[in-house]
Amino acid sequence: MKQFDYVRPATVTEAVAAAAQPGAVFLAAGTNLLDLMKGGVSRPDRLVDVTHLDGLDRIETLADGSLRIGALVRNADLAHDAEFARSYPAVAEALLSGASAQLRNAATVGGNLLQRTRCAYFYDTASRCNKREPGSGCDARDGENRGHAVLGWSESCIATHPSDFCVPLVALDAVVEIEGRGGRREIALDELHRLPGEAPERETVLEPGDLIVAVRLPTAARGFAAHARYLKVRERTSYAFAVVSAAAALRIENGKVAQARLALGGVAAKPWRARAAEDVLRGVAPTADAFQEAARRALEGAKPSGDNAFKIELARRIVVRALTLAAAGTPARIPALPASPFASTSGAIHA
Amino acid sequence: MNHSISLTVNGARRDFVLDDPRVTLLDLLRERLHLTGTKKGCDRGQCGACTILVDGKRINSCLALAISHDGADILTIEGLARGDQLHPVQAAFIAHDGFQCGFCTPGQIMSAIGMIGEGQAGNDPERVRECMSGNLCRCGAYVGIVDAVLDAQGQMDETNQRRSA
Repeated sequence: MKQFDYVRPATVTEAVAAAAQPGAVFLAAGTNLLDLMKGGVSRPDRLVDVTHLDGLDRIETLADGSLRIGALVRNADLAHDAEFARSYPAVAEALLSGASAQLRNAATVGGNLLQRTRCAYFYDTASRCNKREPGSGCDARDGENRGHAVLGWSESCIATHPSDFCVPLVALDAVVEIEGRGGRREIALDELHRLPGEAPERETVLEPGDLIVAVRLPTAARGFAAHARYLKVRERTSYAFAVVSAAAALRIENGKVAQARLALGGVAAKPWRARAAEDVLRGVAPTADAFQEAARRALEGAKPSGDNAFKIELARRIVVRALTLAAAGTPARIPALPASPFASTSGAIHA
Repeated sequence: MNHSISLTVNGARRDFVLDDPRVTLLDLLRERLHLTGTKKGCDRGQCGACTILVDGKRINSCLALAISHDGADILTIEGLARGDQLHPVQAAFIAHDGFQCGFCTPGQIMSAIGMIGEGQAGNDPERVRECMSGNLCRCGAYVGIVDAVLDAQGQMDETNQRRSA
């Protein structure tokens, strides 16, 4: 690991100033950053440790009914907050389907949003990667790419964003609060991550020094609690990133879908909100035909970036299944295998 | 530049001067305190062999910078037994053959103690397997591990009930 300077600012303002310097990055839990630094993938000159800043680890319900989650809230603490899991069950299920218990105990909300792709060529410093070394090329294009993007990719980068948490969050119109050199501002989570285009090294719209201080779920997000699921296909049942995932949330009134929310994970460089699919569900009965049409719309424009055409059909099926599960109703308790498409087989030998 | 930190390790306060901020909690425990029960497996947060409790919660010590954990309360495998009296989870791993080579065992045991404290698994073997998925066992002793965890959890629950009765 390359040598670095360590600074521990006392205030958010100090943190922003310290991190605005070239070569500086924020350190939260470090569960992704340290891994990248050990591999020589990230080589920061300065770590700005934000874990000791006050006031960023709270979960608060605001006067208007929206929920504000501090950027330093640990993934496990959020998922196991009973009131949170009741109000935003698909978000809790997504959190519990990600990483391992040890990592969830450490990893923060802000860090989850800003985790880097798990593209093997990004991680392998002997490979060409436009994200790691702009202009060097992309070895994933002609490499092992069955897990790569099918939406929003470019010739310069076909990596995916690995977060589970972000998928239901983007479906529920989450807002990101940012403290920067120009003061406080907020953006929709859907606007945070950039598609690669010609500059895959610019993964977010954040400017140097920008610190995510909170994520907010608007009041309307609670309205989906009765019909919300996260579904995730992985190469193994636990402790694996998504091949494809989907968050589906419905408001059902008088037997019709009053409002639908749908987002996909593992398919693009950002959590992929499928608004066209949501539109076709509004006002119709929650039937298999309607869900098929929504799935078709959600994957419109998808194309393989390599040996991954199967992901497009898989994503359609995951969308139908997630919508079907959501329509059936949120289970009283998160299943033993969170977000798994495989039914519980308690007592049997683990798959 | 040197950085001073203090930690509570297995109940004792320890002060350190770090001349390098790159030291992880794992390396600090092993190299500075010679507490080598905590194992370095992958060193990348994938295998769980380095699991310790920090402020009562299980984490991967290989992905935690010591310098960032100033003031933390740390429990390692060396802090479990009281003399010859093993912690219930340690005893259960022996009773149920929850290991073969033993390399992953300290991490498994610390993870199990963390899991029992989290209280999410209950007595459902499938939830135990899911909650323990961050600890790999190359010998494949998983069946014994799950039995040991369930047994120890049951014993600890009973003890707690007796205490509160």
